[in-house]
Amino acid sequence: MAEFAVELRDVSKRFPGPSGEIVNAVREVTLQIKDGEFFSMLGPSGCGKTTSLRMIAGFELPTSGEVYIHGKPMGQTPPYQRPVNTVFQNYALFPHMTIGENVGFGLEMKGVPKAQRTARVQQALAMVRLPGYEARRSRQMSGGQQQRVALARALVNHPEVLLLDEPLGALDFKLRKEMQLELKRLQREVGITFVYVTHDQEEALTMSDRIAVMSGGRVLQVGPAFEIYERPNCRFVADFIGESNFLDATVQDVQGPTATVTLTGGLTVYANTDLSLTRGQAVTVAVRPEKVGLRPYEGAQNAFPGRVEEIVYIGTDTHYSVMLNGDQRLRVREQNEDPYSRPLANPGDAVTVYFDQAAARVLTE
Amino acid sequence: MKTDALRRWLRIWGTREAYQGLLLVAPTLLWMTALLIIPLLLTVVISFGGRDANGDVVYGFSLANYLRLLDPLYVGILWRSVVLAFQTTVLVILVAFPIAYFVARAPAGRRNAYLFLILVPLWTNFVIRIYAWIMILRTQGVLNGVLGWAAGLIGLPFQPLDLYPSPGAVLVGMLYEFLPFMILPIFTSLEKIDESLFEAAADLGANAVRTFLRVTLPLALPGMVAGTILVFVPVMGSFIVSDILGGRNVVLVGNLIQRQFLDARDPAFGSAASIILMAMTLVVTIIYTRRFGFGEEIVRA
Ligand SMILES: Nc1ncnc2c1ncn2[C@@H]1O[C@H](COP(=O)(O)OP(=O)(O)OP(=O)(O)O)[C@@H](O)[C@H]1O
Ligand SMILES: [Mg+2]
Repeated sequence: MAEFAVELRDVSKRFPGPSGEIVNAVREVTLQIKDGEFFSMLGPSGCGKTTSLRMIAGFELPTSGEVYIHGKPMGQTPPYQRPVNTVFQNYALFPHMTIGENVGFGLEMKGVPKAQRTARVQQALAMVRLPGYEARRSRQMSGGQQQRVALARALVNHPEVLLLDEPLGALDFKLRKEMQLELKRLQREVGITFVYVTHDQEEALTMSDRIAVMSGGRVLQVGPAFEIYERPNCRFVADFIGESNFLDATVQDVQGPTATVTLTGGLTVYANTDLSLTRGQAVTVAVRPEKVGLRPYEGAQNAFPGRVEEIVYIGTDTHYSVMLNGDQRLRVREQNEDPYSRPLANPGDAVTVYFDQAAARVLTE
Repeated sequence: MKTDALRRWLRIWGTREAYQGLLLVAPTLLWMTALLIIPLLLTVVISFGGRDANGDVVYGFSLANYLRLLDPLYVGILWRSVVLAFQTTVLVILVAFPIAYFVARAPAGRRNAYLFLILVPLWTNFVIRIYAWIMILRTQGVLNGVLGWAAGLIGLPFQPLDLYPSPGAVLVGMLYEFLPFMILPIFTSLEKIDESLFEAAADLGANAVRTFLRVTLPLALPGMVAGTILVFVPVMGSFIVSDILGGRNVVLVGNLIQRQFLDARDPAFGSAASIILMAMTLVVTIIYTRRFGFGEEIVRA
């Protein structure tokens, strides 16, 4: 078996737009999705996630480039001949069939005999925790249940790859959380490669082995959650996943992984970098608010005086907006460890912000 | 018990919506009573009567008119009407489906234009449109002209076809007349089908043909059911198409009834035939809707 379950090589998709212009939905995307992996495509609305997924499923054909499934180029292969199944965002259950008929549809198309089909449908429904629901109709089921039926309908065919397009989008918050765990459990159980499209970063971070962050039809960064969050490779990723402070700066000096940069306000910041930088280069320094503190601590490479402008209490944490003396604003996030959640400082107070060199990351894009 | 029911009744009537509802249906109710219920009762009463020498109704109670309908001549007419209504319905479905499918799958911007084209013929008077078919079908008509010309081109001898008047001509006229009433409900059903259902079918391994048979067709069924009621019932009672295109050889119940009132001056017999026609239509419709519903339960989903 080929090394990758799905591979996109230089895939682009252009659509004719509504007023004759060309929409570049997907641009030169190259991706390698490993066998058995839970792979997510994450990005804002309109970034080309659905289009990418539809090209894997065969509902759209690439304008250029090629999709490979287990090493086989898909070319013009129609959806019904591809070894993948899709869970649609709106579930797309057949309203004129029972749940059992829905789940058995793929097997029926493959010519699996009735008796065997019944057994496998039963098994699949048990797997998604809907045992005995065969005779129901989809309109008699809740959104979460329909979601599970859609999942069973896809998984019962043992596809090589399961494609999921925001399958939890229509569910309420609590149910979504539950289903996230359920999906992850199922994926581990069946060992099928999942390609999961979402615009919800938390969802992607919770479930995925690896994530591809997309924007404007391109893949900006691919990696495990930890890497995407801790080592974003560009401003967009640092901003889209979690929250970041961006400080404009100029490179002073680079010593191995340590970059010394000067903020536009004159402060000197020590930051980590894995880029080759030149002295005088204009860069951005990204700092996560939760990695900045107002409490002094031993060994912080960066410590700057400033004044609290605003504080926002959000339950577990309090956010402080601090104006540094060098005229740049920094958001600081401190956990409310105090039993009474008393803030560490009030608006107008002079404070010092501390952060580690490793908390600051130099970005050029 | 009784006071409870009364109280409930009063409460329902006491709500403003109930009054508004009654006000809204009142005109229709009056209209229906005056022009449907009363005439219907009159028809029933007259059907048990007879006629005098002048063709005036003699009221009474006899089953003579109904027994007369058992004459093989009339049974044949009734039977022919039912068969023709079935044939028309089946033919209309076969022709309407591809058209409805085509329109439903056309780009959204063009759909309205197509629907408009389908409805445009209805702007012309129905009788005129049926007469137009005479021009097309008669021995020196357009169709024979075109066929003769085509045969001449390839050097075949051509004998003009005897198409009009004939039962076939009646069928063609009926098809033409009732096509829009089938296209529209089927179109509505097809248009409602979520695009993703077709993709789901393809995703699960169904090619175009199987997707059509297992998804498109069953989901279009409500439209076909609604269309069937819209076509079958009026065809059962129609008389103009058969009168114009069938000549004297195609006599349907509709023609029979019409002739009793206008030519034979036997309203009592005509009334009895009307009642039987209604009963037959009702029976077929009931059997049909018992089997298929009014086509609404799938639509609701
Ligand atoms: N069939 C189409 N015709 C024209 N433009 C299209 C078509 N499908 C998608 N697009 C355009 O391509 C771009 C990417 O669309 P896509 O559906 O892949 O985005 P997405 O990342 O899935 O967004 P969302 O999170 O909103 O679902 C959008 O600008 C969209 O308008
Ligand atoms: Mg999408």
